[in-house]
Amino acid sequence: MQATNKAAVRQDWIEIGAVDDIPRLGARVVKTPEGDIAVFRTADDRVFALRDRCPHKGGPLSQGIVHGHRVACPLHDWKIALDTGEAVAPDEGCAARFPVRVEDGRVWLSLMPDEGCPNA
Amino acid sequence: MREKLVMIGNGMAGVRTLEELLELAPDLYDITVFGAEPHGNYNRILLSPVLAGDKTLDDIMLNDEQWYADHGITLHKGKKVVRIDRARRRVVAEDGTTADYDRLIIATGSNPFIIPVPGHDLPGVIAFRDIRDVETMLAAAREHRHAVVIGGGLLGLEAANGLMQRGMDVTVVHIMDTLMERQLDGVAAGMLRKSLEERGLKFLMPAETEAILGSGRVEKVRLKDGTEIPAGLVVMAVGIRPNVELARAAGIHCERGIVVNDTLQTFDPRIYAVGECVQHRGVTYGLVAPLFEQARVCANHLARMGIGRYEGSLTSTKLKVTGIDLFSAGEFQGGEGTEEMIFQDPGAGLYKKLVVRDNRIVGAVMYGDTLDGTWYFELMRDGTDISDLRPTLLFGQAHHLGDSGHGEVQRVAAMSDTTEICGCNGVCKGDIVKAIVDKKLFTLEDVRAHTKASSSCGSCTGLVEALLAHTLGGDYSQAPHKKPLCGCTEFTHDEVRAAITGNGLKSVRAVMDFLEWKTPDGCSKCRPALNFYLVVAWPGEYEDDYQSRFINERAHANIQKDGTYSVVPRMWGGETTPAELRAIAEIAEKYDVPTVKVTGGQRIDLLGVPKETLPAIWGDLAAAGFVSGHAYGKAVRTVKTCVGSEWCRFGTQDSTQMGIDIEKMTWGSWMPHKVKMAVSGCPRNCAEATIKDFGVVAVESGWELHVGGNGGIKVRVTDFLCHVKTPEEVLEHCAAFLQLYREEAHYLERTAPWVERVGLSHIKAQVVDDAQRRRELAERFWHSQKFAQVDPWAERARGAARHEFTPLKQVG
Repeated sequence: MQATNKAAVRQDWIEIGAVDDIPRLGARVVKTPEGDIAVFRTADDRVFALRDRCPHKGGPLSQGIVHGHRVACPLHDWKIALDTGEAVAPDEGCAARFPVRVEDGRVWLSLMPDEGCPNA
Repeated sequence: MREKLVMIGNGMAGVRTLEELLELAPDLYDITVFGAEPHGNYNRILLSPVLAGDKTLDDIMLNDEQWYADHGITLHKGKKVVRIDRARRRVVAEDGTTADYDRLIIATGSNPFIIPVPGHDLPGVIAFRDIRDVETMLAAAREHRHAVVIGGGLLGLEAANGLMQRGMDVTVVHIMDTLMERQLDGVAAGMLRKSLEERGLKFLMPAETEAILGSGRVEKVRLKDGTEIPAGLVVMAVGIRPNVELARAAGIHCERGIVVNDTLQTFDPRIYAVGECVQHRGVTYGLVAPLFEQARVCANHLARMGIGRYEGSLTSTKLKVTGIDLFSAGEFQGGEGTEEMIFQDPGAGLYKKLVVRDNRIVGAVMYGDTLDGTWYFELMRDGTDISDLRPTLLFGQAHHLGDSGHGEVQRVAAMSDTTEICGCNGVCKGDIVKAIVDKKLFTLEDVRAHTKASSSCGSCTGLVEALLAHTLGGDYSQAPHKKPLCGCTEFTHDEVRAAITGNGLKSVRAVMDFLEWKTPDGCSKCRPALNFYLVVAWPGEYEDDYQSRFINERAHANIQKDGTYSVVPRMWGGETTPAELRAIAEIAEKYDVPTVKVTGGQRIDLLGVPKETLPAIWGDLAAAGFVSGHAYGKAVRTVKTCVGSEWCRFGTQDSTQMGIDIEKMTWGSWMPHKVKMAVSGCPRNCAEATIKDFGVVAVESGWELHVGGNGGIKVRVTDFLCHVKTPEEVLEHCAAFLQLYREEAHYLERTAPWVERVGLSHIKAQVVDDAQRRRELAERFWHSQKFAQVDPWAERARGAARHEFTPLKQVG
């Protein structure tokens, strides 16, 4: 059962481009019928993907300033942790996280958000 | 094996040191804490409100026992350390408990001073220092009617007020002839006394206690003049003494307090000391903000970061008695070489006194309305030259900076809980006070993070600070002497700029490495600032770091609440043509622009453009002859004009052309903040030039130049800079002023606060009085413009930064 589920999820992985297509300390957007997904690249070349909606007032996180493993929302400067999607305390809320991995310099994204965040 | 850190004392300064240390280096030490009191760490500042019944004991606990457990700290509560064995590096407690240390923190605080009069040891005679004292006072208030408080200082008056609130008949005995003589001058002290008497407190002063009488328990107090006052409770609040006995017995050098250096080390470098027990550069402190500053530096040193230095604090005082607004700071009594500025309105219960030496505020006392206390304190701390502010200084900041959004709000003490403080984020007084108490906040930054109050436009900062001061009382003060650029560094704006030019640093990375930034790549506050400073320092050489720019400047358009953008093409001097308007109309229709609006700066705003469409719309605008209007940036925005002598029957000069010339000279320049300019054709000033960053008013004899105006959050009328005769002079003065602003102001500081910070005289000296200096500044501005006046829209319409405007992928 477990194996079948994994296989089913695996099929959702799509190739979205090269790591180098995303500016370091920046982000790009993947447009989907369910809404935009922001794909971030940090200074240490880690790649993260979050729903492109700040939990505060829906600001596009992809447009924020990336620093460390965080992004500052461009509308009201909330800080969102890229690895969890959680707002940095004392703010509260989350942006849904999408599985993302890098293979041979190419970025693969799953359109199935991780569970646990209402802001999917 | 981890090093062992032992702390003697479990009070606010000590535990704050541990908190800061755990933040910086959570795993460096095994930590053991000895506390003489049988509690965790509580907020001693708030004992007065507990006594007065405004708060409960639970409200004021800062760290409960779980906190120590969670951080793996061994807590020996209720165990008093009696000996430090420096040879064996071991401390010994009363009950024989020992702990070995590699490093030791002494945070033993202070002891109340008890006057050794006969009867001082009778039951019912106490100090006002800890939870046990409060419990004793509360019990006495239930059983006895009369209380005597000895001491008319801050603590004594808070105790007296609390006991009165609990229903007791309270007499304050004070040895001096005025109250709070260490904080107040005679006038303010008199007003305070009157107000406290109206509430029911009695005062006997000057009066000296001779003996405390009673059999088995205190019954009365006898004064030197023979007067006897009944007393079921006597509270001695005549001062505190740093608790140095333990340190002194261990051979550590002590004077009034334990002597420490700028890294809070005692003469034994393994032993640190923080808090009220410390004497630093000859000064002892009893207010919380300096102690927290010490804690921060001490933790920094213990964590082996080694960059923090404690350089002493300026402190200010407020009284925590509900309904009484009182503020005091610095050399409030004045003295040799000082002058006093006094504002007095006895009918309204207002009193303000500023003590000034060499045109700098060195002390202040305020009674009745203390809202401007934080402003005066800032001027005092920064050593601001106040000669330009003299005519209106006493009327407060609001007099020349009219706040929008706060109406008549003045006295925080009198406000109801539902009074709105922060108009941007809708935060009321009650929300802020609750957050300060519940979340145990001590600083403006804390309050901003938790409540959002004053975190947007910042105009209510003074009110929030006043609320902090009022809630925390005498123990709130802005201790940090210099303000770091942001949390990523200890360096100030000015220090960072000096490092950039002085050391030839030419990239954001190089600055962060050279100044040992605490974070890997900064934050949303410092990166844009560094990028700007580099742009100004190295024109033509520095390559702009777009990832360090806020989205508006990265996308060259203004982000709106729904994530779309607005586009404002430049219209030189606000003048346009039918052809231009036709082109804009056609473009707006072609791209289905939802809203077209005329801006305050005489431009046309196309709102609601999706990001992907921007390059195309810019291409069409460029084809019609438009360049970017920079309505999105910290940059020269607009030069507003009236029609001038060309049409107006009152016009004195061709001011419209002057506006166009200024805009053509200055467009494209990056600035510390947005810059708005205007040129009016006559003193009727239809272009509103006197609320602009740089304003020009044409007169028959030439041009008047005005600077530092602002029509935004804080309305500020410009200061008159000078009068010039020719258009060339106007342009040179304008370029020189803007370049001085670019080179000296802090990032995100508008010209208005900058002019106030550095003083108009400073600007005049360089832009008006010194022709050569003016010429050099203007030349530097013109030089940098050679690289800045490239239209960012046309570049992007041709394909530059394409990744910024196209999705990485479109799915489905």
